[in-house]
Amino acid sequence: MTSGQLAERMQAGLWRENPGLVQLLGLCPLLAVTSTFVNGLGLGVATLSVLTCSNVLVSATRRWILAEIRVPIYVLIIASLVTCTELIFKAWFPALDRSLGIFIPLIVTNCAIVARAEVFASRNGIVSSLFDGLGMGAGFALLLMAIGFFRELVGRGSIFAEFDKLLGGDPLGGLVVVDGGWLLAVLPPGAFFSLALAIALKNYLDGRREAAHAT
Amino acid sequence: MISRVAKGGLTLAAIAAVCTTLVAATYRLTSERIAANERAWLEQSLAPALGGGDYEGSLTESRLVLEPPHGLPGKDDAIIYRAYSGGAPVAALFAVTARGGYAGPIRILVGVDVERTVTGVRILEHRETPGLGDGIEASRSDWVRQFDGRSLGDPPVAAWQLRVDGGEFDQLTGASVTPRAVLKAVRETLLYFDAHQEEIFDMPATAETR
Repeated sequence: MTSGQLAERMQAGLWRENPGLVQLLGLCPLLAVTSTFVNGLGLGVATLSVLTCSNVLVSATRRWILAEIRVPIYVLIIASLVTCTELIFKAWFPALDRSLGIFIPLIVTNCAIVARAEVFASRNGIVSSLFDGLGMGAGFALLLMAIGFFRELVGRGSIFAEFDKLLGGDPLGGLVVVDGGWLLAVLPPGAFFSLALAIALKNYLDGRREAAHAT
Repeated sequence: MISRVAKGGLTLAAIAAVCTTLVAATYRLTSERIAANERAWLEQSLAPALGGGDYEGSLTESRLVLEPPHGLPGKDDAIIYRAYSGGAPVAALFAVTARGGYAGPIRILVGVDVERTVTGVRILEHRETPGLGDGIEASRSDWVRQFDGRSLGDPPVAAWQLRVDGGEFDQLTGASVTPRAVLKAVRETLLYFDAHQEEIFDMPATAETR
């Protein structure tokens, strides 16, 4: 696999086939936890690590796995990785774990992960599966962070609040831009609006680039 | 030549064994830290309801679990943490469930000292509307702090109501259902403490396994 192909895999995950923006996979956690940037970052990193590890493991074992039993094996691998991730969060980032709650164990059901195992990792080598996992995971994580940043800014008027969840110590208010905010943004409808805006922005940018190529 | 079915079964078993080992190893690495984190978190969330009162030993070791029906608010287990100093009771913390909130049960912590005065009230868990009902959280507004130092004589029991209901306690702007539920649970806890103060401090702690 050439470096050009690897870069192409990364680009696919980050933009062209972004799991959240284009494939619209894993929307439940995406919509539920992105009320702040820190939450988005936490779940994004957890999903990224599970996705990368599961891609590598599925790719490494693909020669011995019969087609009939591949799905139970993917489930087994993903569930074990998620359990480990949850234990690691509970041990080292307890505050973030409390804030993300059920959505860490629910990474198991994130269809983006089993989709990459089935569509990519089971048919490709370890290195390209690794990069596919990194690209797709990073694409998902960046989207979570972007939506978290936007909703927190509009809904609470702050930037990077609650970083104590990651670092420990006293509660941090982050940079307060304005006091209070437009409440709707942190409520569930705000999540849908934010995602819609993000998809619209991506389509607009793609459309403009295509138009530039055409002329 | 082994059959396809046997081969599949063996692969599945081998991968299950590897995955189980992975999870078991992570558990061994993290279990001590997780237990320590949980204890620290509990003590840390209990402390504010004690209002800085002095006590000896660990609150979690004096834990008393009461199964319903127990006479305290809520239909699930009520937990009482007791604080002692020099063997004499100082205060009790009640983890009880307030019913009648806007979105499900609200788990609250009520601290009462031996003089039957509230040392502090804190919200442990709730799903009230962000921006409205979540003002009951001490980090969002000072609302819960109005209970500090009050008792069933101050104001009289009949006035342990919200102002909208003719009592002496403030509601939250735009939300009265949530504060009403919390207030009612605090009042009922104080009434329970009045009736059972002696037995609460005399009962042995519930075993840790519970």
